[in-house]
Amino acid sequence: MSDKSHDPNQMTGAAMIVRALIDHGVTDIFGYPGGAVLPIYDEIFQQSEVQHILVRHEQGAGHAAEGYARSTGKPGVALVTSGPGATNMVTPLTDALMDSIPLVCISGQVPTHLIGNDAFQECDTVGITRPCTKHNWLVRDVNDLAKVLHEAFYVATTGRPGPVLVDVPKDVQFATGTYHPPRKSDVHRSYAPRVKGDATQIRKAVSLLAGAKRPVIYSGGGVINSGPEATKLLRELVEVTGFPITSTLMGLGAYPASGKNWLGMLGMHGTYEANMTMHDCDVMLCVGARFDDRITGRVDAFSPNSKKIHIDIDPSSINKNIRVDVPIIGDCGNVLGDILQVFKAEAKKPDIKSWWQQIAQWRARNSLYYKKSNDIILPQHAIQSLFEATRGKDTYITTEVGQHQMWAAQFFGFEEPHRWMTSGGLGTMGYGLPAAVGVQVAHPDSLVIDIAGDASVQMTMQEMSTAVQYELPIKIFILNNQYMGMVRQWQQLLHGNRLSHSYSEALPDFVKLAEAYGAVGLQVHKPADLDGAIKEMISVKRPVLFDCRVAALENCFPMIPSGKAHNEMLLPEQANDEATAKAFAGGKALV
Amino acid sequence: MNQPASAYFIEERHDPNETHTLAVLVQNEPGVLARVIGLFSGRGYNIESLTVSETEAQKHLSRITIVTTGTPMVIAQIKHQLDRMIPVYQVVDMTQTRRSIERELAMVKVRGQGEHRVESLRLADAFRARVIDATTESFVFEITGNTDKINQFIDLMRPLGLVEVSRTGVAAIGRGPEGM
Repeated sequence: MSDKSHDPNQMTGAAMIVRALIDHGVTDIFGYPGGAVLPIYDEIFQQSEVQHILVRHEQGAGHAAEGYARSTGKPGVALVTSGPGATNMVTPLTDALMDSIPLVCISGQVPTHLIGNDAFQECDTVGITRPCTKHNWLVRDVNDLAKVLHEAFYVATTGRPGPVLVDVPKDVQFATGTYHPPRKSDVHRSYAPRVKGDATQIRKAVSLLAGAKRPVIYSGGGVINSGPEATKLLRELVEVTGFPITSTLMGLGAYPASGKNWLGMLGMHGTYEANMTMHDCDVMLCVGARFDDRITGRVDAFSPNSKKIHIDIDPSSINKNIRVDVPIIGDCGNVLGDILQVFKAEAKKPDIKSWWQQIAQWRARNSLYYKKSNDIILPQHAIQSLFEATRGKDTYITTEVGQHQMWAAQFFGFEEPHRWMTSGGLGTMGYGLPAAVGVQVAHPDSLVIDIAGDASVQMTMQEMSTAVQYELPIKIFILNNQYMGMVRQWQQLLHGNRLSHSYSEALPDFVKLAEAYGAVGLQVHKPADLDGAIKEMISVKRPVLFDCRVAALENCFPMIPSGKAHNEMLLPEQANDEATAKAFAGGKALV
Repeated sequence: MNQPASAYFIEERHDPNETHTLAVLVQNEPGVLARVIGLFSGRGYNIESLTVSETEAQKHLSRITIVTTGTPMVIAQIKHQLDRMIPVYQVVDMTQTRRSIERELAMVKVRGQGEHRVESLRLADAFRARVIDATTESFVFEITGNTDKINQFIDLMRPLGLVEVSRTGVAAIGRGPEGM
């Protein structure tokens, strides 16, 4: 019998998990202990290479890991216990799946022999998380654990990134087996994402681009996921072609907001010029976006006269909502590189001067107009002031979900990718605060601000305690209008102004709440005090809850009303009662 | 189009539905069938028939044959969605290749006496169904064929004393020398 006691690859399942984290370059994880993960926590206690951030609720761990991943391009890691620990992860896993964020979740499970027995804190974790992960695994044998962990990291970070979950029963954590470092054969042979685009399709795309009279580039989160090279190439393509560019909510920052070809965000609350350009274009190049319903408006009236090129690494994104003419399956960076190469060799910059003139006319409509006030802070003004105050600083922005999120997207200019963390696909209220925790862990010296709403922020408020514990100086900038603003906006526009349960009754005193957590609370009511208060918030090197009292009934415009096309936007100056009633026709009594 | 008050763009699609038979080669591991079925229920796709069995034990490969209906865009989505699942090796649209054979097996229990009993036996003969169990007042027929043929046989047995049917669902394979 060979003596295995000195083999360094012989270890317990719990030790393997920590070892695999180290082997994958993980330095920070977010988690919450419990019965079914105690062996792993015991291993974490006895080492110093992986820092564990203790959250206050597992959902916080998931969103923090998402923020970490989104701001670094590395996978985020969460560790949770069985049962409620795992079910609390369902929201962040789904959020990460919708927004293609690489997340590795390790969950504890009851011992193998108790699975299926309705044991204490047992749930069917792989069953529950199957539809909200890219893939998941239940590991029943400690000798499979290393392979599964390595595969989990590979699957999460390659192809279209996404969340994965590895469920590890407690007896497997205790059992001793053989560990091996990551190797190629750890991955399913059936998993091979396509990276390189088809050459014929790329030629077709280039010839469409070269012949375009009214082109537009529409980019999405896929460009950011693809990495810094894709961002560089996208910018180069805009430069070489001279085309206008717009982007989805997830894609902000890939092209700089200060760039001369930038049209602003498109979609339901996008700019008039971006949506009109999309509607009237003759060639559309979609890079790493998925024609989501918030982008397209009414699909049968979506950009009716254009040839559409779609670059996506996920074949299931192609022709899902909108039929495209030239699909190119591959990694955005890779395909953009090939397109650029062919374009530079064979085509020249098309003359689109008259198209730019047209765009200038749309731009002149000034669709983000709002009326400033000296008495009351307009939420748009608050975002603009925040943006001005952070210019030139090393800033990361997260958001919750609702009106404040749309205003942030409209009024905060992003110059670089990975600086904007928001819940796009799932629209998770409560995302921003824990995401900011994750971002600050990854970037301890940067300025991390969660642009929040008074309703959203209360969903994961408990993570303030995490921020205080780890001295993470996150700034929670609450646009407090005492409403679930977006819900109210829809009720005003579509449900006869019956404001059913959208008023934030019994709001806490956010300043006192901050102080109760050991953080700093600031409150501002008057426009004249805003800049000073923001300055103070930035200079404080502690977590801050900033209660910015804004105009309560301000609504978010411009807007594509439901069932309407891009060229039927409702602009702010038109958003009076009559026009609104007409736009949301159907004989509804409106505001 | 009068749109109800909704944050979503509600519209009906009127493309005609098509029926397709898909052969899906998967790694035979725990949960793989649940993944495939969950995809169909989760995304609102139809399953008309589903057949699954391990086909290459040594390589742990299973083959799932799914008959589904949808618009051409939905059928394309289903194939892509299946194909991107981690344990799925290959998805082949047996309907699109137009060179495939589909078969189903059914066991049909018929109870009756006198002329009905004789007639059921005569029809079984015409359909090349075999008798695999008999009592003085019943038969169990085994019949293979495509779905239409089996449906037709079952319809004919109904007035003759049909008691019970058990069907395997569709299995499909391509014609010619090449494999999948």
